[in-house]
Amino acid sequence: MGSTISSVPFAGTPEQEKKLREIIAKHKEEKGCLMPILQQAQDVYGYLPIEVQKIIAAETGYPLEKIYGIVTFYAQFALNPKGKYRISVCLGTACYVKGSGDIYNKLIERLGIEGGGCTPDGKFSLEACRCIGACGLAPVLTVNDDVFGRLTVDDVDKILAKYE
Amino acid sequence: MDMINVKVNGVDVSAPKGTTILQAARLANVDIPTLCYLKDINEIGACRICIVEADEGRGKRLVASCVYPISEGMQIFTNTPKVLESRKKTLQLILSTHDRKCTSCVRSENCELKKMCHDMGIDDEFKYEGENIPYEVDYSAAHMIRDNNKCILCRRCVAVCNANQGVGVIGANERGFKTHISSAFELGLGETSCISCGQCISVCPVGAITEKDDTSKVLDAIADEKKFVIVQTAPAVRAGLGEEFGYPMGTNVEGKMAAALRRLGFDKVFDTDFGADLTIMEEATELVERVKNGGKLPMITSCSPGWVKYCEHYFPDMIENLSSCKSPMQMFGATAKTYYAQKLNIDPKDMVVVAVMPCTAKKFEIGRDDQSAAGVPDVDISITTRELARLIKRCGIKFTELPDEKFDEPLGISTGAGVIFGATGGVMEAALRSAVKFITGEEAGNIDFTEVRGTQGIKEASYKVGDLDVKVAVASGTANACELLKKVRSGEADYTFIEIMGCPSGCVNGGGQPQVPASVRNFEDVRGIRAKALYDQDKAMEHRRSHENPAIQELYKEFFEKPGSHKAHEILHTSYVNRGLY
Amino acid sequence: MKKSLEELIAIGDSMKEKLGIRDEKNANGTIEKRHVLVCGGTGCTSSGSAKIIDKLHEEIKKNGIEDKVEVVRTGCFGLCALGPIMIVYPEGAFYSMVKEEEIEEIVAEHLKNGNIVTKYLYQETVTENGIKSLHETNFYKKQHRVALRNCGNIDPENIDEYLGTDGYKALEKVLKEMTPEEVIQTILDSGLRGRGGAGFPTGQKWKLARNIVPDADQKYVCCNADEGDPGAFMDRSVLEGDPHVVLEAMAIAGYAIGANQGYIYVRAEYPIAIHRLEIAIGQARDYGLLGKDIFGTGFEFDIELRLGAGAFVCGEETALMTSIEGNRGEPRPRPPFPAEKGLYGKPSILNNVETYANVPRIILNGPKWFADMGTEKSKGTKVFALGGKINNTGLVEVPMGTTLREVVEEIGGGIPKGKKFKAAQTGGPSGGCIPAEHFDVQIDYDNLIAIGSMMGSGGLIVMDEDNCMVDIAKFFLEFTVDESCGKCTPCRVGTKRLLEILTKITKGQGTLEDIDKMEELCYYIKANSLCGLGQTAPNPVLSTLKYFRDEYIAHVVDKKCPAGVCKDLLSYEIDPAKCKGCTACARVCPGGAIEGTVKNPHVINKDKCLKCGACIEKCKFGAISKK
Repeated sequence: MGSTISSVPFAGTPEQEKKLREIIAKHKEEKGCLMPILQQAQDVYGYLPIEVQKIIAAETGYPLEKIYGIVTFYAQFALNPKGKYRISVCLGTACYVKGSGDIYNKLIERLGIEGGGCTPDGKFSLEACRCIGACGLAPVLTVNDDVFGRLTVDDVDKILAKYE
Repeated sequence: MDMINVKVNGVDVSAPKGTTILQAARLANVDIPTLCYLKDINEIGACRICIVEADEGRGKRLVASCVYPISEGMQIFTNTPKVLESRKKTLQLILSTHDRKCTSCVRSENCELKKMCHDMGIDDEFKYEGENIPYEVDYSAAHMIRDNNKCILCRRCVAVCNANQGVGVIGANERGFKTHISSAFELGLGETSCISCGQCISVCPVGAITEKDDTSKVLDAIADEKKFVIVQTAPAVRAGLGEEFGYPMGTNVEGKMAAALRRLGFDKVFDTDFGADLTIMEEATELVERVKNGGKLPMITSCSPGWVKYCEHYFPDMIENLSSCKSPMQMFGATAKTYYAQKLNIDPKDMVVVAVMPCTAKKFEIGRDDQSAAGVPDVDISITTRELARLIKRCGIKFTELPDEKFDEPLGISTGAGVIFGATGGVMEAALRSAVKFITGEEAGNIDFTEVRGTQGIKEASYKVGDLDVKVAVASGTANACELLKKVRSGEADYTFIEIMGCPSGCVNGGGQPQVPASVRNFEDVRGIRAKALYDQDKAMEHRRSHENPAIQELYKEFFEKPGSHKAHEILHTSYVNRGLY
Repeated sequence: MKKSLEELIAIGDSMKEKLGIRDEKNANGTIEKRHVLVCGGTGCTSSGSAKIIDKLHEEIKKNGIEDKVEVVRTGCFGLCALGPIMIVYPEGAFYSMVKEEEIEEIVAEHLKNGNIVTKYLYQETVTENGIKSLHETNFYKKQHRVALRNCGNIDPENIDEYLGTDGYKALEKVLKEMTPEEVIQTILDSGLRGRGGAGFPTGQKWKLARNIVPDADQKYVCCNADEGDPGAFMDRSVLEGDPHVVLEAMAIAGYAIGANQGYIYVRAEYPIAIHRLEIAIGQARDYGLLGKDIFGTGFEFDIELRLGAGAFVCGEETALMTSIEGNRGEPRPRPPFPAEKGLYGKPSILNNVETYANVPRIILNGPKWFADMGTEKSKGTKVFALGGKINNTGLVEVPMGTTLREVVEEIGGGIPKGKKFKAAQTGGPSGGCIPAEHFDVQIDYDNLIAIGSMMGSGGLIVMDEDNCMVDIAKFFLEFTVDESCGKCTPCRVGTKRLLEILTKITKGQGTLEDIDKMEELCYYIKANSLCGLGQTAPNPVLSTLKYFRDEYIAHVVDKKCPAGVCKDLLSYEIDPAKCKGCTACARVCPGGAIEGTVKNPHVINKDKCLKCGACIEKCKFGAISKK
């Protein structure tokens, strides 16, 4: 496996770094501080690139590898930035038995990216998620905070068209 | 103490509360195989090889014996068909992810996995063959190769890197079937703040982590008729090498080792102990000067390249505390290529200095800046104890049948002070033996400074030297060093002199020493047994103080004038850099 | 402001009066004031309930009836399939699948003029003589709500409403009238067992944590709100609908075991639940119901939230604690059990949300009240998240011992499109499938285990004849392979190899030996894995093998998928008698596999067919079938 340092150039601003340092300062004396710090750091940057993880490592005194090990363990943490529109297809049981797998595959085909990836223009990123609790609407996908339910494969193009 | 009574395969055993099944079984003379378990530092119950059936009154259950505590009346069954079948399946599953290039694997002779497969009667190694994630092999570090395709995820390497060394540059990343051991962002180890100590190599049960093998470089040099090839061996090597040839642990094989080296074809067979004595002359002098002239204190030893690299990465603010002395290996090389080359009238370019070390960080050290006294590297090739054993075997030398021989003169002459460099506290003790003389002009009445001996991670003592109160501390394993240095940094401790060794218990337990399988390591005091060989030798030596070494005295008379001279500084001292983290 | 006991009682009493409006019994006579309860749970929020609320406020204002109507955003009502849901009290008029454009009429006609707009009501509640109470509908009438009693009935963001339901009375009672031992005995006597999965007796857990380390300087009370089973959402609904009940129960647990700190580990994927928990904790602290000297008794207890980050294994107790400690959420070997060495090495208990939600009622009503519900060894009620091929998708709470048939056919309203029930999956990735032959099983912990499934946290997914059981087993195994922490060999490698064999079978490349090998591997993984995740991971495979072995054999021997799901085993055919030669199928076929000329029957070239099913959807004549 090659390095997983994001190929998207880091574009953090001084304001973001200031926020990050505030977050670290607030939590670093707490027990178990890494999880809240990483979660809030991701809120600030949208993802957790090496530049951010290095600051966290230096400020908390934890080895960078420990931090990276945590980040790659939990599905929620990302090493790459997300697209402007984050498409998330529910593959929970209820949705799956109602055909969400087909919808996911259709999106892969239509966007030309794999799950977890981002289109080169930074517009769409695609991921599968576990149950979001909208089982009554199965199958379901979300685009950022918008929820689309009771879908068929044919709806995929219509949904994408809304954001293109 | 609360004693608990259990039955192991029907045999009564009584053991203190808190004893694990694995330990209790040992008391009943039953060996339970383990892979991930390392006493005190990797008690994670992950590999499931040590599974046994235990009955606590609620029927038999499979439990991991390495972490499961015994309870009163417990019945333990270590070899039922269910247990054996479970172990077999676990092994077969591990094999399905393990790159089985056994015939070309450096560990095939002492691979713990291979032995276990043999013991457990694995008859179908392909049973669970399936998809695997291919990993790039990491050659980026100066001293080692990491091949995740062979890794079985026991995490012993991670445990030593974190718990013993406080370094933590490798760890488990991703999860599930994608879990693998690597550095942050999958960087090569050479790009991280790895200190090259090689402790991970020592504990790897398979061939996933190995030193970079330089044996062919040695053979090529010897075969080159234009080269004058000399070899030096570190003190700890003679206390470990025998294990590779079936000698009991702690056997000192200095004589056979010298004989073997000669038969390998080295032009001269010398001893790093000479370099150690030389180091004491310089280091004790430096210490006295720092004390007298208000130099930076505490002064910290610089013999261990793993420790030095650790300091440069993790405590750059304490670089000034490091003694400027090169390590004994480098002092030896520098002296060989200047003084000795002149003596023999050989161009240093035509001289090859090979070092046999219990250490992998030495492979990094020989490439450091400011280590080329004669304009060429002080040391050309550094191989580990294990590599030397490989060379001897490859060349068909029947080690056990060799006569005991002596090192060549003059760079093979040494004292007991040089010998004990291989154990934690040894450098300190050697320095103390000479410092008294250097400060007061009189020999110390005491020659055994037992307070600084022993395998504890941190030791402290204070001595009256002349009118001076000298407070000393000794730490081994960089996690212990870190603990100690934090106290120094905060001003909580005010030592005069500190000895630090990168590996726990010093060089006898160095990352280049013969691998000891977990089945032995977990139950025997490997470090203490090996160290004893060195202290025994020290006791039997004619000279036990470095300044009494006749060859050293001659060297100063003929070449360096006196310890700490300008010339000595140019040739025997070096400098350090802040390497940053990660 | 910290409230005195008298003030708390006064708030509770005034709220009781107000909450009385939300009862059909008070619908007689002139209605002075109406409460409009709109579901603000995740399901209804996803289908747009927030916009409904905005629109309601707008219309109410327009009609000038602000003082006569109160809009309350509640937690989940349970009938998620009909969301967004809105109930108008005191009539108890149940509007379902409410659309924004219906609001104008409902406000003007119903809220202003008092005429229920029956056309927008849930049709089952509309009778010839007016409307039927919600509690008499099929969905609700067999339910018995203990854990969910306040969900959908109160405003979860208002502590006063919780006080109006006797909230925090149980905490007051234990602190003032009971010793910790008595609290533990009460829980033991009630027979409450953990609702998170394995069903360990809750009182037993508390007792161990109280006694095992007598001189512990610190203990912790943890709440598992990391509901990870795909298809399960009962804990989320409790947190969203009634967060204070969890806080109150944790404080009671803290008193019982001698802890003063609690942690709620909640999925980050539950933003509404997190938000409401944050509000609830803030309000409870403000009223002095968390913090120092609660009810003037000197008892101190506080709670912090910790967010999960997307790892199913963190539902395992030791992994959850490892995660709170700020590490990779890998389980630790047990013993030592958390009661002895838990969070930060201190004695700790961990219960899940639903378990806690039962505790205050047990304290107030007594253990006998609780123990009278349910079966011999499984007391009380259980919440299930109904999903899959079922009409009434949603959340139901039934007494233990209710049969699967009652849940599916009566409460769940049966299977859509008249299809046949094939199996119900309970216990998520750790559970198994219950086939039609066990349709009358009384659901409780022990019965489910006896038939090869388990209660789990309460996901109940219904499958019909169109679901392939091999595919379902594969689906769950894919989940476990994805979610395995990777620490122990059997789970890390074993489940992966198991999945490979299953995949081979669904591709028609399996052999009968593979089935045996798989079964053997399943039992090995169960017996050898480090934690509950691995120990239960093979259950979906084992239970489908047990009840649907013939389907496996069909895949392996006949190379057929009887349910028509496994793509590689399907073949598409055009019935020449029905084909009109319209060419629609040929035009839609992405693989160009359909040949034929206009007005002549078409033929599918099986070598080119991608088995995507596009042709079937296009064919107007039902000429194409898959086999």
